[in-house]
Amino acid sequence: MSMLDIDALDVWFGRDRGRVDAVRQASFIAAAGESFGLVGESGSGKSTILRAITGLAPTWSGKIAVKGHAIGQRRPKAFYKQVQMVFQDPYASLHPRHSVDAVLGETLHLHGFRDIDARVVKLLDDVGLGQKFRFRYPHQLSGGQRQRVAIARALAPEPELLLLDEPTSALDVSVQAEILNLLADLRQEHGLTYLMVSHDLSVVGHMCDRLAVMKDGEIVEIMDVAALRAMKATHPYSQHLLQASV
Amino acid sequence: MAEQTLRAWLLTDTPTSRRHAKLSALYQGWLSFRSNTMAMIGLGILLALVLVAAAAPILSPHDPFAQDLGNRLAPLGTDGHVLGTDSLGRDILSRLIYGARITLYIVALVALIAPVVGLLVGTVSGYLGGWIDIVLMRITDIFLAFPRLVLALAFVAALGAGIENAVIAISLTAWPPYARIARAETLTIRSSDYISAIKLQGAGGLRIITKHIWPLCVSSLIVRVTLDMAGIILAAAGLGFLGLGAQPPSPEWGAMISEGRRFILDHWWVATMPGLAIFTVSLAFNLLGDGLRDVLDPKAGE
Repeated sequence: MSMLDIDALDVWFGRDRGRVDAVRQASFIAAAGESFGLVGESGSGKSTILRAITGLAPTWSGKIAVKGHAIGQRRPKAFYKQVQMVFQDPYASLHPRHSVDAVLGETLHLHGFRDIDARVVKLLDDVGLGQKFRFRYPHQLSGGQRQRVAIARALAPEPELLLLDEPTSALDVSVQAEILNLLADLRQEHGLTYLMVSHDLSVVGHMCDRLAVMKDGEIVEIMDVAALRAMKATHPYSQHLLQASV
Repeated sequence: MAEQTLRAWLLTDTPTSRRHAKLSALYQGWLSFRSNTMAMIGLGILLALVLVAAAAPILSPHDPFAQDLGNRLAPLGTDGHVLGTDSLGRDILSRLIYGARITLYIVALVALIAPVVGLLVGTVSGYLGGWIDIVLMRITDIFLAFPRLVLALAFVAALGAGIENAVIAISLTAWPPYARIARAETLTIRSSDYISAIKLQGAGGLRIITKHIWPLCVSSLIVRVTLDMAGIILAAAGLGFLGLGAQPPSPEWGAMISEGRRFILDHWWVATMPGLAIFTVSLAFNLLGDGLRDVLDPKAGE
């Protein structure tokens, strides 16, 4: 069964002569439990696809369906219980005046949970942060710790589909590995489906089952990770990308 | 020993409860504020002003309204009248002490009205955008285009002279800059990732504005308010000076200067003493504002 079905998706910004087509006719399907990667250079429209799915980029056309239900322009609250997103820059994605407890507590409250205290404790344990981090503010946390908080926030509503927008590109190499391992563990524990954007082929090779290569807003090739590892890309641009990453 | 552990408890990196985290953040703000000598001086002057205003009946040597025409325009240091007397023989020191109450009253009312209106208009306009933004900002432009004192004069002339009307008039002319600041801050905040993140939790516009945008706008507004306080006191004094603010028997500092103006060449202290009081309090607010800016700037906490 498909968790995420995207068909002929167009996303654009501006209008008339100022219109920029960020994504053109993108189509792919991510199966339930799968980890699907989107790779490409910066500006190729990878992140824009994630923003269109979540509704942060409001001007799009085509079909976006989660678990077979097509999404309209306005997303119901239930949608955000199914789909969550982790942002690229952990330094920008946490409110500077809200403590970890406030961030997670508010998220849980918005999703209508009652046992907020117990759940905050559990979420922090899940992402490998101890209780001592619960009442800290973002400026008292390192980049990796912040990203763990952001992941905990995304997990709070117990989603089935997690959108990862280059979740490690703003972090040090050693911390990157920790976060990637954490994400891999969480996927197994919670049976999550990932849609992961990255410009780093080795990260995608490590994390994903299949991937789509994007260039100038279009998906040029969809392949599985075995083909990536064997360097067997068919499209010249993907071959070029593979060559460049060796 | 107990003091030492309390300090350690307040400065910890690992707070153990919500209250602990709040107190710890407050204490660290206080520490950084305390290290600014000038700001502490400003705070000291303002605390003294509040105390003086509260204890006015105890502190003032004379009734501020009691006239003594036989002893009018007495110079500084006259027996029983340290700061001399005015044209009706009233003790200037007592009048200054009671005038502190009026000054605080004006400051408090304006500080409650103008920034709140500005914050509301600015954040709503900045967050919602579109035609709401256009309408609200053009209204702001219209208010900004008037010279402040002239607009205040017009309001007072329409509503009648008096302290409350002066306060309303000053507030009405003081809010547009706050709205502009709040809108500019909102524009940078609303496209940030943490606002996107809370939108993805299904939060509505009201929650985002009040719980996520306001806390970040408030600090710069507080700083701006304290820096503007000097101007507000001066505007109130100016209205008093022109006879449109506090009315004669009341010991408002601006009105006192206005009364002393007639004798300024021969009896300089009558106008100078309230002038010095206005100067001191305005300076104190400016110093405090500078110090608060260092403490409240969210980027300084990084």
